[in-house]
Amino acid sequence: MKIIILGAGQVGASVANNLASEANDITVVDIDARRLEDLQDRLDLRTVAGHASHPEVLARAGAEDADMIIAVTNSDETNMIACQVAYTLFHTPTKIARVRAAEYLSQTQLFAQEALPIDVLISPEQLVKNYIERLIEHSGALQVLDFAEGRVSLVAVKAYYGGPLVGHELRELREHMPKVETRVAAIFRRGRAIIPKGTTVIEADDEVFFVAAKKDIRAVMSELRKLDRPCKRVMLAGGGNIGFRLAESLESSYQVKIIEHNLKTSKELSEKLDRSIVLYGDAADEELLLEENIENCDVFCALTNDDEANILSAMLAKRMGAKKVMALINRAAYVDLVQSGIIDIAISPQQATIGSLLAHIRRGDVVVVHSLRRGAAEAIEAIAHGDSKTSKVVGKTINEIQLPPGTTIGAIVRGNEVIIVHHDSVIEEDDHVIMFLVDKKRIVDVERLFQVGITFI
Amino acid sequence: MQPIAIQRILGILLMLFSITMLPPILISFIYEDGARSSFILAFLVTFITGLACWLPVYRSRRELRLRDGFIVVVLFWTVLGLFGALPLALYEDLGMSFTDAAFESISGLTTTGATVIVGLDQLPHSILYYRQQLQWLGGMGIIVLAVAILPMLGIGGMQLYRAETPGPMKDSKLTPRITETAKALWYIYLGLTVLCALAYWLAGMNGFDALSHSFSTVAIGGFSTHDASMGFFNSTLIEWVAIVFMLLAGMNFALHFVSWRSFSLMPYLQDSEARFYLALLFMVSLFTAGYLYFTGTINNVGDAIHHGIFQTVSIGTTTGFTTTGYAIWPGMLPVLLLFISFVGGCAGSTGGGMKVIRFLLLIKQGLREITRLVHPSAQIPVKVGSKAMSDRVVNAVWGFFAVYVAMFVIIMLILMMTGMDQITAFSAVAACMNNMGPGLGDVAAHYGDVTDIGKWVLCFAMLLGRLEIFTLLVLLTPTFWRK
Repeated sequence: MKIIILGAGQVGASVANNLASEANDITVVDIDARRLEDLQDRLDLRTVAGHASHPEVLARAGAEDADMIIAVTNSDETNMIACQVAYTLFHTPTKIARVRAAEYLSQTQLFAQEALPIDVLISPEQLVKNYIERLIEHSGALQVLDFAEGRVSLVAVKAYYGGPLVGHELRELREHMPKVETRVAAIFRRGRAIIPKGTTVIEADDEVFFVAAKKDIRAVMSELRKLDRPCKRVMLAGGGNIGFRLAESLESSYQVKIIEHNLKTSKELSEKLDRSIVLYGDAADEELLLEENIENCDVFCALTNDDEANILSAMLAKRMGAKKVMALINRAAYVDLVQSGIIDIAISPQQATIGSLLAHIRRGDVVVVHSLRRGAAEAIEAIAHGDSKTSKVVGKTINEIQLPPGTTIGAIVRGNEVIIVHHDSVIEEDDHVIMFLVDKKRIVDVERLFQVGITFI
Repeated sequence: MQPIAIQRILGILLMLFSITMLPPILISFIYEDGARSSFILAFLVTFITGLACWLPVYRSRRELRLRDGFIVVVLFWTVLGLFGALPLALYEDLGMSFTDAAFESISGLTTTGATVIVGLDQLPHSILYYRQQLQWLGGMGIIVLAVAILPMLGIGGMQLYRAETPGPMKDSKLTPRITETAKALWYIYLGLTVLCALAYWLAGMNGFDALSHSFSTVAIGGFSTHDASMGFFNSTLIEWVAIVFMLLAGMNFALHFVSWRSFSLMPYLQDSEARFYLALLFMVSLFTAGYLYFTGTINNVGDAIHHGIFQTVSIGTTTGFTTTGYAIWPGMLPVLLLFISFVGGCAGSTGGGMKVIRFLLLIKQGLREITRLVHPSAQIPVKVGSKAMSDRVVNAVWGFFAVYVAMFVIIMLILMMTGMDQITAFSAVAACMNNMGPGLGDVAAHYGDVTDIGKWVLCFAMLLGRLEIFTLLVLLTPTFWRK
């Protein structure tokens, strides 16, 4: 696929990084030539320096025959105009743009094909916010990923001693909870993937990925670990885009405190938020944390732009008694360093956002992609088309499908119904199939599986 | 300072005002009550004075400046108040001194409703009508003053009605031009008056009483054509009509405008000032009714409820109609009602007092200080609706409150110096500064027994309250007059 990425910032660079490894032709456009050099040194791609929305620059980047344009510059306006230019002058088929301002996003008719021809709007802050919000909602989970508009979730959780199922075989799960439908999709033990079978024994410290309907998540988690109290008191450090959105959507059901070190921003925040308490100060200030009863805080999230500050303030909060701490970390190297150490959850914004882009790059009808374990694994939701003759999956039971190694099917969504699969479940036409890939390299095989044969019209 | 422009405006005002003395002449003809000559004389004096002011400068085209606005506003009430006293002073059968007449007239124009006249029922219809009309004119002046002019001058935090109005009234300058805004508000004022008169008439008043009382209801004035005020009619229906229209007139007229134009009640529900105003009156009414019933003052539940509501709304909106002597109610009720009148009507209404929005901001500021003690580093904005108020506005409101209380104390002390007892002095200042009317003690029914000095001091208090304190006080400072 020929893809043009506009903007080599954090999002642009990480998208390029992810896509370049998947045999795509990538061209990155940015106004800053130095940044492009860095990128070109590291990755196998082409770069063009210039203003991203200028037709001449786009032409140089090969917009004439590009399959997709991803506009992720800093400016909403540049992104929107670039898509308009690409549509009008170059007829680019797929146009993806990052638009942050809620003022634009709330006017849906703006993005109709005859107005601003943008096929997919992504708002990374919104995605990261949703990601963290789900983690706070399901306290104890390492990751909660939604499929089929929230009907099914894939939950990652660490098994602890004391969980009823720990030390037992997986098939006992059904005996423990006859009414709850769930399926364990994968287990990671000391960083290595295990494909779960009925006889697999769960050990303490295993990272277990299971698929369940939203209402059953708590019940399944209770099998694997002692449940945390549902959290109530949330403290956020950093009142930027993510912090503000998070506070806004949490403040109606949680006690939210938000620390911001910029006086002007903190004033604006306090005016925009209704019930949250906005604190002006440094998130790593011991006095301030003490004053605001950090020891009673259920979740502490460090969400500033600065990785090091996030890590340090989260560590400090943990030491001072916060039950659970999360830190937003951009650098992949840091994520590995701190995850599961002092910091309970390291949130990588790239990983949270890349999925929504990957869904459009995958061949076959893939609706949702979630990137897992720093891009090594992937969970996808694909739609099965065709009939038993043209398709390799429709009309077959799970056992009959020739899945690539390391791939498991977790659930099927048929209309509004969620079916947690067993080995004899049959896939029908237009089912949404939710799969877990331990190894991303197998993605090509899965794509091939869901592509319809040529004879199908 | 533009003395010539001010003189020109004053001349025009007086000539216009003289025209308002013509309807009483007509009434006098209809009822043959013999008060005609005093009105004709007063008309001529006012008109000729106005003409004399205006003629020498009518060609001048000097623009008014912001600072002249203060003078014009103050002159409107003082000069018209004095000239408005003429018909009353000139009518000899009434036997009023000029002091009494001026008190009555200023009480009318400021929509206070404090009276010095005893024996209203025997007075000529034209005089009665004239008193009511004074209140109605005063109310009209207030609406324009409150919505169009005070925000421009930025009195006591009221600039929040300029650019920072919360909720549905983002464009609180309802129309782009002041004259258009004034016109729209007058239509609403007129419409409310007509509706109110019709409702009173249907509820059983005669035509004259219905019109007269509609004037003083919509203006939140409180003058009546009977000594017993609303109690004269002894009709629950009439009292309910009065309650509804007092409540409406005590709300921001800009809200009426917005909801009338959008044909919905949402603006009322979304406006935090209106919600607070209604909630406060509702709770105090409930308490009053309960207190009246359980102390055995009124033994019938229905009576306790309607007297409780009527009196609370009447005092709370600073109208000042009475049904029973609320001054002799037991316990803390009379004082409670008096304190409610400090909150008064909403900003942009014809009501008096400190205005609900200011009171709301005071409470929120107080709560903010408490929260600050718990969270010393927190940023806590004072919000009305979902909109944060600037510190400038909050400070102005605190300043207003401080000066209001200070002026209250000073005037009360002066009154006590003239020999008034403490309860009478306290309630008289409260009733006059809040433009409410009837007080407690010796001024529960009328102000006839107050000394002449006392009456002039109370006139000053009424003007202070009506002109939101600062408009009048600023004229007394040397800095204002310095070139």
